[in-house]
Amino acid sequence: MLQDKDRIFTNLYGLHDPFLKGARARGDWDDTKALLARGRDAIIQEMKDSGLRGRGGAGFPTGLKWSFMPKQSDRPCYLVVNADESEPGTCKDRDIIRHDPHKLIEGCLVAGFAMGACAAYIYIRGEFYNESVALQHAIDEAYEAGLIGKNACGSGYDFDVFLHRGAGAYICGEETALIESLEGKKGMPRMKPPFPAGVGLYGCPSTVNNVESIAVSPTILRRGASWFSGLGRQNNTGQKVFCISGHVNKPCNVEEELGIPLRELIDKYAGGVRGGWDNLLAVIPGGSSVPLIPKSICDEVLMDFDSLRAVRSGLGTAAVIVMDKSTDVIKAIARLSKFYMHESCGQCTPCREGTGWMWRVMTRMVEGRADPAEIDTLEQVTRQVEGHTICALGDAAAWPIQGLIRHFRPVMEERIAAYKSRGAKPLPMAAE
Amino acid sequence: MAASNGAAFEQPASFAFDAESEAEIAKIVTRYPPGRQASAVIPALYIAQRQMKRQTGSAWVPVKAMDAVAHRLGMPPIRVYEVATFYFMFNTKPVGTYHLQVCTTTPCWLRGSDAVTEACRKETGIKGWGETSADGMFTMTEVECLGACVNAPILQVDDDFYEDMDAEKVKQLLDALRRGERPTPGSMAGRQNAAPEGGPTTLTTLHFAPEA
Repeated sequence: MLQDKDRIFTNLYGLHDPFLKGARARGDWDDTKALLARGRDAIIQEMKDSGLRGRGGAGFPTGLKWSFMPKQSDRPCYLVVNADESEPGTCKDRDIIRHDPHKLIEGCLVAGFAMGACAAYIYIRGEFYNESVALQHAIDEAYEAGLIGKNACGSGYDFDVFLHRGAGAYICGEETALIESLEGKKGMPRMKPPFPAGVGLYGCPSTVNNVESIAVSPTILRRGASWFSGLGRQNNTGQKVFCISGHVNKPCNVEEELGIPLRELIDKYAGGVRGGWDNLLAVIPGGSSVPLIPKSICDEVLMDFDSLRAVRSGLGTAAVIVMDKSTDVIKAIARLSKFYMHESCGQCTPCREGTGWMWRVMTRMVEGRADPAEIDTLEQVTRQVEGHTICALGDAAAWPIQGLIRHFRPVMEERIAAYKSRGAKPLPMAAE
Repeated sequence: MAASNGAAFEQPASFAFDAESEAEIAKIVTRYPPGRQASAVIPALYIAQRQMKRQTGSAWVPVKAMDAVAHRLGMPPIRVYEVATFYFMFNTKPVGTYHLQVCTTTPCWLRGSDAVTEACRKETGIKGWGETSADGMFTMTEVECLGACVNAPILQVDDDFYEDMDAEKVKQLLDALRRGERPTPGSMAGRQNAAPEGGPTTLTTLHFAPEA
């Protein structure tokens, strides 16, 4: 169990002054010049040694990602911070931005320096208007204090931090869609390769990192890679902000070690499942895109990348959505299908057409107005969407349905049987 | 042109940025490298939408405003139309004085967004999504996950999140808005942001140097 002294986001709940004075009192901007004086290679090595895996969902090693940036470049290089937090269930970056903005800004400088970037663009989702005001205020303070801008922190390095607000499109959380959006276009993902580290923002080398990945980096450098890697589990090191929502007694955000048992996380911090642990039906453990896991798996599973992958789900953003036995689980997943349909950018046919098709069939599954054989058809269609699109939104739309069928097929069949027993006729198959 | 609930509306014959908007745009374009001012298209559309709110009481972006953005940023108008219609937060038809945006995605739904939706309908008389109340006071929109899920359900009014909502709190909030008041956004259940109900159970042993 993580102790307060090892927590990074010490103002997670906004109990203290989020701005420069308060941030300095909490240890931010403490001799940042000395951190930079270690040099690019040493910073990247320390980040690699810490084992930090990206906190935006995919879990790619952060230090390794930074090392992909060119050592020498005749074009400007950019750090792009993904603050487009839109994955249903996820609300961690919001608290970092509004309550600990200086951790993010200092992280931008450190990370930007390590990758040779001249500026950071922080792309914040449009709905976070008040959060963007707070962050802009913190950025202004940092400029005023000489912490960023020309000769940042007296290091001799010039570094700008710009805030850019999106306008309500989940797809812009995908890194290349985010770059397109930042360039003033529709947020439609690009084909990869080329990867952003070669051709990114404005055609220049760029790295896109999640808010939390960037915001933890100064603390990791100060306290050392071994401190961070001593927390959590092997290959799943460190601590992370978990968001516990849904049918728990006390929904909340909390910072804990990776590898904490799911049950302990829910019982200790979120006041337990509504009606007790035995009233648990299922949990979506990592944001809406990952397959749900039924109670039998929740009993034992650990909250980290590898443990959740082993049960065919994922840690994703560590957004834990809890559903108790009163939940219509088909409807819960059907609503996610509607979400992905709404958020598909429309570029790739399997996703544009598939998300709508899947939602329409899921809507009938909620009623039971279907043929039992259509469950297999639905499963097959998810397989035809998954992996056949430019970006992962198609996969993200497919996985929740696959998880539902894997674990709750009998519930779907019962629903269909109940509908039939009322004497109503189902639609002919594939009439969508 | 007709709105989705059948109410006809007029596109204004012209739109020009006022001095306040011009100053904001001038400031924003400096954030991007020379020649990359198209990056400012989303901020510029927001500025246009806010100017409409100031001038007409309704926050929306008419076609003429999109043209003004295109002109100001040196973009073909079609590129601005694309952006204004791709992103969800630009209103391409007039909205009411208050824009009620109800999150109904699964985490909010699990916590009772149906009741929030129902209460909004009952209090405003609005029947369907995207419609505006007869008195022009409220427009009601269904939105996808707002990213505040541990404080679900959320009702967003214009730019502000009202969290931990239920039917009774919706009524109180809308009554206050009708009186011209603007309750402080955040948890309506009195919670400390995203801390658990009853107060934080972590970060309780830390003491920092005085902040004053």
